Amino acid sequence: MKRIEAIIRKERLDDVRSALEEVNYPGMTLVSVKGHGRQKGIKEQFRGREYEVELLPKVEVMIVAEDDSVDEVVQAIVENARTDEVGDGKVFISEVERAIRIRTGEEEEKAL
Amino acid sequence: MLDIRKHKTKLAFVVVIAAFSLLIFVAPSLTTAEPDPTGAETLSQNPSAPVNYVWILISAFLVMFMQPGFAMLEAGFVRAKNVVNILAKNLMDFALGAIAFFLVGYAFMMGPDLFGIIGSEGFLLLGSYDVGVYLNFLFMLVFAATAATIVSGAVAGRMKFKSYFAYTLVITALIYPIYGHWVWGGGWLSQLPFGLGHLDFAGSGVVHAMGGFIGLSGAIVLGPRFGKFKDGEPKAIPGHNMTLAALGTFILWFGWFGFNAGSTLTAQHLRIAVIATNTALAAAAGGASAMMISKWRTNHWDVGMALNGVLAGLVAVTAPCAWIEGWAAILIGLAGGAIMFAGVRFIESKGIDDPVGAVSVHGFNGLWGLIAVGIFADGTYGKYATQAPFVEGILYGGGLGQLASQVVGAVTVVAYAFGLGYLMFKAIDHFIGLRASPDEEIKGLDLTEHGAQAYPEEEGGL
Repeated sequence: MKRIEAIIRKERLDDVRSALEEVNYPGMTLVSVKGHGRQKGIKEQFRGREYEVELLPKVEVMIVAEDDSVDEVVQAIVENARTDEVGDGKVFISEVERAIRIRTGEEEEKAL
Repeated sequence: MLDIRKHKTKLAFVVVIAAFSLLIFVAPSLTTAEPDPTGAETLSQNPSAPVNYVWILISAFLVMFMQPGFAMLEAGFVRAKNVVNILAKNLMDFALGAIAFFLVGYAFMMGPDLFGIIGSEGFLLLGSYDVGVYLNFLFMLVFAATAATIVSGAVAGRMKFKSYFAYTLVITALIYPIYGHWVWGGGWLSQLPFGLGHLDFAGSGVVHAMGGFIGLSGAIVLGPRFGKFKDGEPKAIPGHNMTLAALGTFILWFGWFGFNAGSTLTAQHLRIAVIATNTALAAAAGGASAMMISKWRTNHWDVGMALNGVLAGLVAVTAPCAWIEGWAAILIGLAGGAIMFAGVRFIESKGIDDPVGAVSVHGFNGLWGLIAVGIFADGTYGKYATQAPFVEGILYGGGLGQLASQVVGAVTVVAYAFGLGYLMFKAIDHFIGLRASPDEEIKGLDLTEHGAQAYPEEEGGL
């Protein structure tokens, strides 16, 4: 089992979700996050004066997938989150030791 | 030490009670005829009274509705951590201010004139239990509360709540009523020998310049919020909700129809139609000019500035609205938006922090409105009368007379409001402290003063 964490643009979330449904991963955990990479911030204006927004809002999608489907899931995310502009985000993949479904007590792949 | 202070407070309390008892005992009536608490006598003497009563009451209710307008505008322009505090201030300046204005403010403002300086009768409305006096009181009360609430924006985000109480009592009991007496209560400004005396139809000076320049004095005595200036350079501290700011501005615009057109104090002057139209046109022009100027100067269509521009136009037309034609209202509004925009820049360049632009909107444009009477008044409406003598500005052969009266009034309101405001805030600072502690300011006044958040679910609330 692998944990896939993808930090993506908010406005790409709908497309990423439907793509994940198509590869049979309808469930996900979402976190609203703020941050910046090399892109740094953007400029906004309030009552005539400009200011820099250094940390931009993004959304982080977390999915735990079976080893076999990791590539499929990652491809679905990357293809649908990409705009070719700076600020498209990143995907991180890591090992998951155990998984338990709280309602039934089922473990490992059955818990996903 | 503490005991002495307690003792002093008690003594002061006893003195105040004694003074009031005396007033109650000797209270004479504001009305020359017998007071008419049922209204039956008033109606039989003037069968058309109901239309005036309904008009003035509806106008008073509209002006009252400007309170939520200010509350929403200011809430939108401050950060989320100070929203509860700004709402509490907007609520309490009416709640406490209404009582103070009832106890002494109304008598100082509208009571029989003493030496052109102050009114002298009508404390607690005693001896004036009369439908006409109560009607006039309510209309004057909602104006006093408007002047009081303007200041909350200029001092937002850093003033102690209890100090704001003290300020509220002083402005509604003394500062506002005394100047109001000078202009609307038969005092010396209204008696000036140039033109028809100083004229301020609905209160560009009495209400708005008053609030704006007391606000300026408060902002100066308090100093800027943390983070407003970095190495002397002004920084934006974005408000938390533009939607609320827009709603508040539209509510104010709506309420302003009562503020201006109601100030005829009678429905018999059909001039109310001209006044209401001028009000709408000046607001529109102010919003349009501020929006254009912001695009020109900052390269963005800045809605925050345009909202302030609408209010600038409204403030500027408040003094002249009864005496001018539609095209003049538009010119006054266009200039109002520009004055507001330049004013915001000027205030910031002096190192002063006015979080919502109250000084530029109400202060500078209040003065512009007073001056505009002396320029654009076109000789079609008199001193709250449809009969001559009519008010004439320099463009209509009135010469410099009316303008001179307007300039005297404008200079007076700046000196009076800023001077007394400065003394008052310095005194409050000395006796009870004015500014919240750095820790309170940084955590936000909502949590530290009120133990509450405007949006408890958003940050870490379970």
